[in-house]
Amino acid sequence: MLGFVAQRLLYLVPVLLAVSLLTFLIASLLPGDLAYTILGDQATPEKVAALRHDMGLDQPIWWRYLSWLGNVLQGDFGRSFRTGQTVLQAVAERLPVSLELMLLAQLGALTIGIPLAIACAVRSGSAFDRFMTGTAFSMLSVPAFLSAILLIYLFAVELRWLPATGYIPFHEDPLGNLRCFLLPALTLALGEWPVLMRVLRSDMIQTLQEDYIAMARAKGLKPSRILLVHALKPSSLTLVTVTGINIGRLIGGTVIVESIFALPGIGRLLLSAIFTRDLIILQGVVLIVALGYVLINFIVDLLYAILDPRIRHGHA
Amino acid sequence: MTGPALLSVEGVAVDLPTPRGNLRAVDHVDLSIGAGRTLGIVGESGCGKTMLSRAILQLLPKKAKLTGRVMFDGQDLVRLDRERLRKLRGRSLAVVFQDPMTSLNPVLTIGTQLIETLQEHLELDSVAAKMRSIELLAAVGIPAPEQRLMQYPHQLSGGMRQRVAIAIALSCEPQLLIADEPTTALDVTIQAQILDLLAREQRRRHMAMIIITHDLGVVAGRTDEVAVMYAGRVVERAPTPDLFKRMRMPYTEALLAAIPKIDAKPHTPLPAISGRPPDPTRPLRGCSFSPRCKYAWAQCLIEKPGLEDADSPGHQYACFRPLAAGVPA
Repeated sequence: MLGFVAQRLLYLVPVLLAVSLLTFLIASLLPGDLAYTILGDQATPEKVAALRHDMGLDQPIWWRYLSWLGNVLQGDFGRSFRTGQTVLQAVAERLPVSLELMLLAQLGALTIGIPLAIACAVRSGSAFDRFMTGTAFSMLSVPAFLSAILLIYLFAVELRWLPATGYIPFHEDPLGNLRCFLLPALTLALGEWPVLMRVLRSDMIQTLQEDYIAMARAKGLKPSRILLVHALKPSSLTLVTVTGINIGRLIGGTVIVESIFALPGIGRLLLSAIFTRDLIILQGVVLIVALGYVLINFIVDLLYAILDPRIRHGHA
Repeated sequence: MTGPALLSVEGVAVDLPTPRGNLRAVDHVDLSIGAGRTLGIVGESGCGKTMLSRAILQLLPKKAKLTGRVMFDGQDLVRLDRERLRKLRGRSLAVVFQDPMTSLNPVLTIGTQLIETLQEHLELDSVAAKMRSIELLAAVGIPAPEQRLMQYPHQLSGGMRQRVAIAIALSCEPQLLIADEPTTALDVTIQAQILDLLAREQRRRHMAMIIITHDLGVVAGRTDEVAVMYAGRVVERAPTPDLFKRMRMPYTEALLAAIPKIDAKPHTPLPAISGRPPDPTRPLRGCSFSPRCKYAWAQCLIEKPGLEDADSPGHQYACFRPLAAGVPA
């Protein structure tokens, strides 16, 4: 198992290098000159040239990449030329918000998706199954901004149970913090459970036809044990993959949901960096988010090995 | 048959809906087996023998329709409620499936799969269940049983996996073991070992056993009675020695002739049964074997023969033109 982990970690090195290169290229290939952006349209060519020299923009691109990468490896992702905040500070401020939102959304999606998937797989083809599959499909086509507005209308405007927007830090009021995350998390969960349910349902239907399930029934095991131990574990690989992808995606925050609910997360940080052409922040945040994504996928790989011993032993 | 039957299958038929129409997989089969006895069910692939075993265990696919009665120990399994059926399965009624590569759960350890059965049916704490699992694995001839408990099925060879499956089946001392082609998926060298193991454990535990196979050679020395199935029906049944000495049904004869003989000259062509079994979604009016039978005459094509008693006791066959009694094949 240790060898397996080391091997997977080694695979990460080229992936991370490629990610850093792409991030850098995207930011540097954007149209517009950073020095002009900082100084404004009225700047004299001399001042622009001087700033370009100070920022190293007159160096060849590969040199700029290497020096940026060198700084990044030392933990220096740069500093916003607008706010003076370092990238790390900005991310440290916003990340907990996006992480909490992501975590609650995933928990919500899994809590809705897994039981429904099992229930549908057991009665596959029944009226219940067809109804749930249809519901899932229609939920899938509801965009987040629509379900957000409907949820706000129902829970904030009509019932007045939850705040419509706003953010209270956890250390100030844990319960209030949770309350303001519920609606945005539910919005995201509503968009995600159908995917989780559909992949788990179809894997589960296949697993339930395996000989070892017939064997488990022939052994006289309780139906709950057959479903939750014998069938769920081997059926959950795709579910884990999709959940991993969702988590990775949500580390980068969600622009729409964070904007609607006024949550100060990574998504809104990125959005404002784009609007203000704050390329240093943009580049740094994208890299950190990509690192998170790669890390989550690494964890998913490890989960595969935990779920399926054949992968652990290199048999599959 | 001596004593009251432990299991009796009465008029069991299994229908499977398919896109091409209804498929009658098992067609009014009557069989019975007494405590401690061994019954062999023989037939080629698709003759319904596996469906029959699934029908006995109530493990048919959801869409399948089962009619008839399966009386086990005085209860009709077909009409038994789920919870009582569950308590019987694994406890009194156990099964070994054909392919040990697929019948053990790949993501659970051998230990988990053994211990869960023991703890489901017997009041054992985890230490006692573990001890008993080690004993069981040792009894079925698995070396270093303690370490095997921690291993996963893919870490064992096919023969070892089938031994594990047998250990699981034997774990709660069942009254009846159904072995569904227990050696078909295994290497030839392992087959005899597994059959001997089953026979030994059966004698030791005084349990009844049904061996399902396509190989008359497998049932020859190991069963008390044999039922030959063709196209979903039992076409001949007899005490084993009687069947081999005085077989009446041409299909049984053809099946026996298809076994390679050790004393045959090299390069002798095997007398394979020509043709294929009939399409089970298009049942024939006459005897199902008639298109492939070298003795068939007009009556065989129009009328379906029923099971008739032969001269020797316990021997029945379904044929209008039986082989002459007393002629060894």
